[in-house]
Order: sequence, then C-alpha cells, then structure tokens
Amino acid sequence: MSTAPQHPRLDALASIEKLHARSWPARIISWRYVVLRRATQFGILLLFFGTAHWGWEVSKDVALLTGNLSASEFLGWIPMADPFAVLQIFLTGHMLQTESLIGAALVLGFYALVGGRVFCGWVCPVNAVTDLAGWMRQRLPISTLFALNRNIRYFVLATALILSVISGVAAFEWVSPVGMTHRGIIFGMGMGFLALIAIFLFDLLILKNGWCGHLCPLGAFWSLVGKTALIRVRFDKDSCTHCGECAKVCPEPQVLNLKKLEQTGYVVPGECSNCGRCTALCPEGSLNFDLRPLIHRHHPAPEVRATPIENRNT
Amino acid sequence: MPVKNIARRDFLVKAAQATAVATCGGLLWDYLLRQEVRAHPYALRPPGALAEGDFHAACIKCGQCVNACPFDTLKLAGAGGDMPIGTPYFTPREIPCYLCPDIPCMKACPTGALSPKLDDVNQSRMGLAVIDLENCLSWKGLRCEICHRECPLKGRAIVLETHPRGISKHAMFFPIVNSDACTGCGICEKACPTTEAAIRILPHNLVQGKIGEHYRLGWIEKNEITQEFKPGAPEAPVKPGKKAPGMDYLNEGDL
Repeated sequence: MSTAPQHPRLDALASIEKLHARSWPARIISWRYVVLRRATQFGILLLFFGTAHWGWEVSKDVALLTGNLSASEFLGWIPMADPFAVLQIFLTGHMLQTESLIGAALVLGFYALVGGRVFCGWVCPVNAVTDLAGWMRQRLPISTLFALNRNIRYFVLATALILSVISGVAAFEWVSPVGMTHRGIIFGMGMGFLALIAIFLFDLLILKNGWCGHLCPLGAFWSLVGKTALIRVRFDKDSCTHCGECAKVCPEPQVLNLKKLEQTGYVVPGECSNCGRCTALCPEGSLNFDLRPLIHRHHPAPEVRATPIENRNT
Repeated sequence: MPVKNIARRDFLVKAAQATAVATCGGLLWDYLLRQEVRAHPYALRPPGALAEGDFHAACIKCGQCVNACPFDTLKLAGAGGDMPIGTPYFTPREIPCYLCPDIPCMKACPTGALSPKLDDVNQSRMGLAVIDLENCLSWKGLRCEICHRECPLKGRAIVLETHPRGISKHAMFFPIVNSDACTGCGICEKACPTTEAAIRILPHNLVQGKIGEHYRLGWIEKNEITQEFKPGAPEAPVKPGKKAPGMDYLNEGDL
C-alpha cells in the first residue's frame, strides 16, 4: 500500500477479495454482527406485526408488543416511547400523559447505556435498506458526486425542534421515512415505500451513506445520546497494522480516526452505531466490543494512564 | 488585517451559510407540514380525540388505539393517502365505531391525544350524522327508519317525527339528528340501505352552523342565550348585571 490511493472502488474490491480469501468458517464468523443486526431489526418488526395482525398474546388479553417504534407497550405494562418524538410533541405545547414520558425515559436510559445509535444499527428498519445501498455501492462503479458535511444532521435536528414549536406539530414525525417504513409495514404503507426508494437511490447513486450518515435527525439525536454509552469498540494499538480495512467498511469512518483512537483506546464519538462491522473484519482483531469502564483495565495505554481522567476525552 | 479577524469572518460567513440552508430547508419543510396537516379535513377520529389541531400536535402515530380496537374500526393512515399521515381514523360506511363502554382505544393512547377525560363513551363527539333529505328513503315517504332503529342512542341522537302525508292515511316518519346527543359513531351510516349512504358522519366544523348571539327566539325567551353552540360551547358571554346582546332594543322604551 505504498502507492497513492487508487480508485476507491478498486480499493474496496481489493478488500472484498482479501475477505473472500479467508477460510469459509472465518468468513461466516465475520458475518456474525450483520446476522445479529438483521435478526433484531426484523425480529422487533415481527413482534409488532404479530401482535397487530395475528393477535400474539402472552396471556389472555395481554398483548405481546402493541404500537410501533414511536410508542409501544410491552407485555401489557412496560411503556416505551421514542424520546425524540416525545420531545417534539412536548415542544408543540401539548402536555403529554405520564405513560409516554415514562416510556421515553426508559428508552432513553436504555440507549444511553448500550449506545445511542444502537437504535440505528440494530433496530431502525431503514438501516437494512441503506446498508443494502452501501453494499451495492461498494461493488458498482459509482463515482462521488459531491461531499456533504456529516454535521448537517445536527442542523436538521435543530430545525425539526424549532419547526415543532412554530408549526405546532411534531415536525419530523410528520415526514419521517423511518416512521413511514416501520408504521407502514405494521399498519399499511400507502405511498410510504416511495420514501424508501428515494432513500435507497440517494444512498446508492448520489451520496454514500447519505441518509443515515448525513441527514437523518433521528440518528443525530441518538448520536448525542450515545456519548455516555457503556458498550464501545475498544482499540488495541499494539496489534493494529494501520491497514485501514475498518474505515472502508465503517458507515461513519470519521469515528475511526486512528490518532484519536491511540489516545483514547476506544471509539469515543456518538456517531458510532456499534454495528460491529469493524470488529468482525479487522484482520488483527484490534477492534472489539467492550464495556467502557473496563477498557483501560484490559488494555492500559501509557498515555492514558499519564493523563488525568477528566481530560481523557479531549 | 490581523489573522484573528479573518478567522472570525470565516466563522461568521459559515454561520450565515448554515443559517441560510436551515432557513430554506425549514421553510420548505414547514410548507409540507402545513399541507399535510390542513389538506384533509374529513378525518373522523377515535372517541375522546382532542380538537383537530391539538390532536395533530399530540398524536405520536403509534397505532396502539388501532391495536386496541376490537372491531378493526380504526385504521392508521398511510403516507400520501386521503388522511393525515400516521394518524388513526375510521370510515363508518366500512366499519363504524361500536362505542365500547370501556373505551379501549382511548385507554391505549400513551400521549393523551385521545383524552382520558372522556369517561362515558356516549359523551364522545367523533362527528355528526347528517341526513341527505333528498335521498333518504324515509323522507321520500317510504317506511325505512333503519338509522333510527340502529342508533345506539335511539330516541336521543336520532328521533322520529311523524308528518301527515296529503290525503293518505299513512304518516311519514322523518328521522332527525340531534347534535347534542349524536356521538358520530356511524352505525347509522353503516346501516343505511341506500346505494350511497343518505346519512353520513362528518366532522362538526364542516357541517355545523352557528347563529349569532344577538338573535332572540321570543318563544324561549327565558333562555338568556338562544343557542348553545355544541360541542365545547363556551359559556354565554354575558357578564352578570349586563343584558345579553340583542335583548335591549325592541323590548325597551315605552312604545
């Protein structure tokens, strides 16, 4: 890899070649997180769908999982609600009932622990579509049209909140492709599939990781929540050979800045969705899931030990 | 010019650009929202739904009311259809609301878009039954009155008035809807035997008029105000010690 960077597609294809050169068991094991993520994404969808259409119950008249990702009730007594939707509704001036506030707090707490964008990588149904677009884009000769700042999503997030105040309705919930998709699969799609097709084409032909990585305000919201997450990707700088395979598969490659990783010992930014692509792919096994409080105990980096704890993340 | 100022100018320009993008995008977004919210005034909401504007703000589009409805009355609007996206509605001609006494849809609502203040389902006001007098079989003089018999609030929401018919000895039976009792459940619309329902449910604001407060109906003059506007009528706007509007001119002075 001493030459200048080749055509990114050739680069990607070379990586795929390298992967295919691995033994079959190793390849299958490297798919473990993709399989798990699809299983949770479609499994959660199936629980909602089964409750709505086949009347799945845990006991008589106690439905399994009613509602959808906006708000739901699990086992007839655990309320859950999308905190971003609840925040928008709150900003319209409507005083929400306690049930949805408790639900939002539960969901917020859960993702604050496991990683905010775990929602994006492991739950959101649109992710399956954008992943497909990304997978195809790697294999097709599609040149880059333009670059967009990945922080645009935070402006979209701010605009959604301001518009909720101005227009008096939850601004993102009324146009959300995530809602359209998930709600549509459970309760009837209408023309919602058009939004999905638009996102697919946008990601495939216009901007790589365009929706999830640049625009989606829900992803931006969860990125902010994820800053406190316990489950993070740990980085072992001693075994890393700087081959760069991880950044090629990562949908948010800016979080794998190796210089910063060497300082911190783990992936700090909230944009990381804990999708596990890098951990499964790393040829040296330098990237692995770990609990943040344990990361430095497992792999004490000299720089980190020398730095006071309060300055560690800077 | 010092370097510091260039950095500041860059920052200011960047900030202005970001604001411009957010404003342009926001205006377009706002337009879409207003289109979506206002374009469809015909939605009939589940029992206890807040007034339409508040309902649009409060509904989280989760569909738990739809899950809870035992009759599959409620549907969640898809995208790009006739109804505001993601919100629950029902079409009485297909499946009306059967007015469950325990109101499961309202209890399932997590945000209060279906207000828990509704404790008697017969007090719900989902819409108002309106009769097309020209195509109603009873108003044509046939014996039908199916809407009256099917009405869960028979005798209150729909009453029958008898009218003599010319020289025939058979009277005509006219169904009349009382807005102060009609829940808008739509059982009448479902039951109506005409090809297109001659009685149908519409949101109150699309069909209900309001006479001015200054009109006096002399024969019920003991009422301070002629007509109470329902539903959710405000209290009569007459301060104590002040006469109701319209009471002060014809009947005053010595004629």
